[in-house]
Amino acid sequence: MTKLFDNIPEGPLVDKWTKYKADAKLVNPSNRRNIDVIVVGTGLAGASAAASLGEMGFNVKSFCFQDSPRRAHSIAAQGGINAAKNYQNDGDSTYRLFYDTIKGGDYRSREANVYRLAEVSTNIIDQCVAQGVPFAREYGGLLDNRSFGGVQVQRTFYAKGQTGQQLLIGAYQALSRQISKGSVTMHNRHEMMDIVKVDGKARGIIARNLITGEIERHSAHAVVIASGGYGNVFFLSTNAMGSNCTASWKSYKSGALFGNPCYVQIHPTCIPVSGDHQSKLTLMSESLRNDGRIWVPKKKEDAQAIANGEKTALDIPEEDRDYYLERKYPAFGNLVPRDVASRAAKERCDAGFGVSKTGQAVFLDFSDAIKRMGKDVVAARYGNLFQMYEKIAAENPYELPMKIYPAVHYTMGGVWVDYNLQTTVPGLFAAGEANFSDHGANRLGASALMQGLADGYFVLPYTISNYLADDIRTEKISTESAEFEKAEKAVKERLDFFINNKGTKSVDYFHKKLGKIIWENCGMARNKEDLENAIKEVKELREEFWKDLRVPGVQNGLNQELEKAGRVADFIELGELMCYDALDRQESCGGHFREEYQTPEGEAMRNDEDYTYVAAWEYKGENETPELHKEDLTYENIELKQRSYK
Amino acid sequence: MNLTLKVWRQNGAEDKGRIVEYKISDISPDMSFLEMMDVLNGQLIDKGDNPVSFDHDCREGICGSCSMYINGEPHGPENLITTCQLHMRSFKDGDTIYIEPWRAAAFPVIKDLVVDRSAFDAIIQVGGYVSVNTSGNTQDANAIPIPKADADSAFDAATCIGCGACVATCKNSSAMLFTSAKISHLAHLPQGKVEAKERALNMVAKMDELGFGNCTNTGDCEVQCPKGISLDNIALMNREFLGASLKSEK
Repeated sequence: MTKLFDNIPEGPLVDKWTKYKADAKLVNPSNRRNIDVIVVGTGLAGASAAASLGEMGFNVKSFCFQDSPRRAHSIAAQGGINAAKNYQNDGDSTYRLFYDTIKGGDYRSREANVYRLAEVSTNIIDQCVAQGVPFAREYGGLLDNRSFGGVQVQRTFYAKGQTGQQLLIGAYQALSRQISKGSVTMHNRHEMMDIVKVDGKARGIIARNLITGEIERHSAHAVVIASGGYGNVFFLSTNAMGSNCTASWKSYKSGALFGNPCYVQIHPTCIPVSGDHQSKLTLMSESLRNDGRIWVPKKKEDAQAIANGEKTALDIPEEDRDYYLERKYPAFGNLVPRDVASRAAKERCDAGFGVSKTGQAVFLDFSDAIKRMGKDVVAARYGNLFQMYEKIAAENPYELPMKIYPAVHYTMGGVWVDYNLQTTVPGLFAAGEANFSDHGANRLGASALMQGLADGYFVLPYTISNYLADDIRTEKISTESAEFEKAEKAVKERLDFFINNKGTKSVDYFHKKLGKIIWENCGMARNKEDLENAIKEVKELREEFWKDLRVPGVQNGLNQELEKAGRVADFIELGELMCYDALDRQESCGGHFREEYQTPEGEAMRNDEDYTYVAAWEYKGENETPELHKEDLTYENIELKQRSYK
Repeated sequence: MNLTLKVWRQNGAEDKGRIVEYKISDISPDMSFLEMMDVLNGQLIDKGDNPVSFDHDCREGICGSCSMYINGEPHGPENLITTCQLHMRSFKDGDTIYIEPWRAAAFPVIKDLVVDRSAFDAIIQVGGYVSVNTSGNTQDANAIPIPKADADSAFDAATCIGCGACVATCKNSSAMLFTSAKISHLAHLPQGKVEAKERALNMVAKMDELGFGNCTNTGDCEVQCPKGISLDNIALMNREFLGASLKSEK
């Protein structure tokens, strides 16, 4: 049985990371160039890790499925990045960022990891500014901040609504510099197909060159998975079309445990679904809730009239509008955390107050902000988001309120890692959204960028060195071993199967079906019966997939349907695991809302007595039920309370 | 809507390629252009044909993957958006739509509408960065105040998504707008000034070496850029380049 060791250093919370760094084993510079490290993914975590490890002198091999590392989906993050700089002198501190993150995560994350995250947050901003990331500034030339959900300070640094883009370009440039120096070898348009373990340690990957279809063996002393989250299990999400869970899932199947798969963040402010043709959903940044007010009509007949096109938002007088977040949560108002805002929108729409044809939309209104600050100021803050909205929805948000609805956005769950960000497979690390580590059951806005860069720039360089220090005598790992042989063969067989199956249904057919099952049963609200049904349905879908899938084209060349087939095969399996996890967790916390466990006011009701643990699932083989391991969470510095944003 | 699509099909780099006509019906004006392509591909797969390959990822106008030349314009008829943000309401029932890949010597076609844009990465790799290592000890982010106007100019240039529309639309297949955007982004910031001269020389040399053409000030790149990157950046790059060339001992 796999045993869980969190490997958190002893000592007081505030000293743990300092002490870790002081005690960490190092690799001599002349040894580093003989040590290979593979990094899968080039988003904020992957690019920053590859660049930093390359600077240190390790021999890094970096992989992305896109045509350039600059296209990883971190680029689409809009709102900002948190850091406890306290530039606004509003009482912020490392401790407060730590506290807010633990509380925001509904007391389901590890104290030591989160404290470290808060601690290095300030380094990230320094580093990014040194790289030339053009953050927003005030007229005095100093950095500007704004507020995000679930906090009462202004600690979010931003670059208009393109913060992710600017941070990723910064990391991409640092990576490019290492590529030019030869310390990083970049493999664009390559898909990671499997992990290769030798003597129990991660020693490489099998990758597919997406242009030629060639199956390649790549070896290394350590492997980092930084391939993002698994939101695309739902088919419709704010993730990019290519975002996939394959690297994480292969890690799981090769022995790494998977942590908290049921924790999925449903983001409250996305553009609603417009029809069956929909291929993805578009986020409208949380920053909009700084100045936008969310409401639905107080009267059902008004909601009906708007849905039917007989009235618009402008026809509803002020006294007939229900600003339900301000009403229910006066202390935080429109800036409650995402899980709370999403559930409140669902509750209003389910009760019949939705404002679109589908009944699934609420208003996000800027008319007060425009009156207060003028259109120009609003445009300067949110111009690109307003433009994006107008292009998709064909309505001008300066004149009519936006219509928004929650959508799948981020997955807090992921590959289980210890304090070193190492999985239960020695030498296999996971960073960024791919790991489960820092956000508990709900992530606060502007914390994903912070975590991705913290892991890549400031955590992995120490923890990987510490691991590799014992590996300096290991020669270059051969790719001719039986283990590589076997892994490559399995990958080829699976690809051949897809091509030769010649069923009747396309990959998208199965992906959409999976998305519907998971969204309806393991989405914003879950219950025992639905989850049990979903497990059954996903099993049936999986059977049908392997029987009736049709993939046109050939293996040895660019074949986008073949790429999708492998990804969806993994999504189906992960979807099933999400349901097992949601079923096990008989409480409501953060993004995980079990209808059986709620307060009389409909708020999430935790059960700290029985569920203050990380659920870490172990793969037991094809068609076997996975095994649950529990990592107990101990809170030594924070008192567990019911979250209140009232 | 019912439409006639004339789509460039090319089975690999060696293939000569040709326009193939497809009829498509029941397209909703609320669909995005790429969702319309999804519908087309769904039909092709159902018939047992090969779907059209095209690059796309975020589908919200920021990753820079999508790259279609639609009716003779990169990213189609609307300005300041990418192909993935284009919606079918920009077309009429009965329209014929030509869909081609980016065309430039430095962007060879891989298959159908997919081209190889790694030349852009190569340009960045010779100097499109600030040479600073990761460390927890860079100076405090507020140590150097930067005038808001400079920070804003840097940001405006830095919003380039590297899609390549500027190259695709240019009669000379010049990469001046792309290259100048990066040079300008970093030249506007004190952190980037130290290496500004060398950066300009190296990036321009690389651009020439990779087979991008020269600039003849037609300005089509600025018009077609989905992010509105300004021609002023090219002027700034020319100044940087000229200044650096005069001082250079190379």
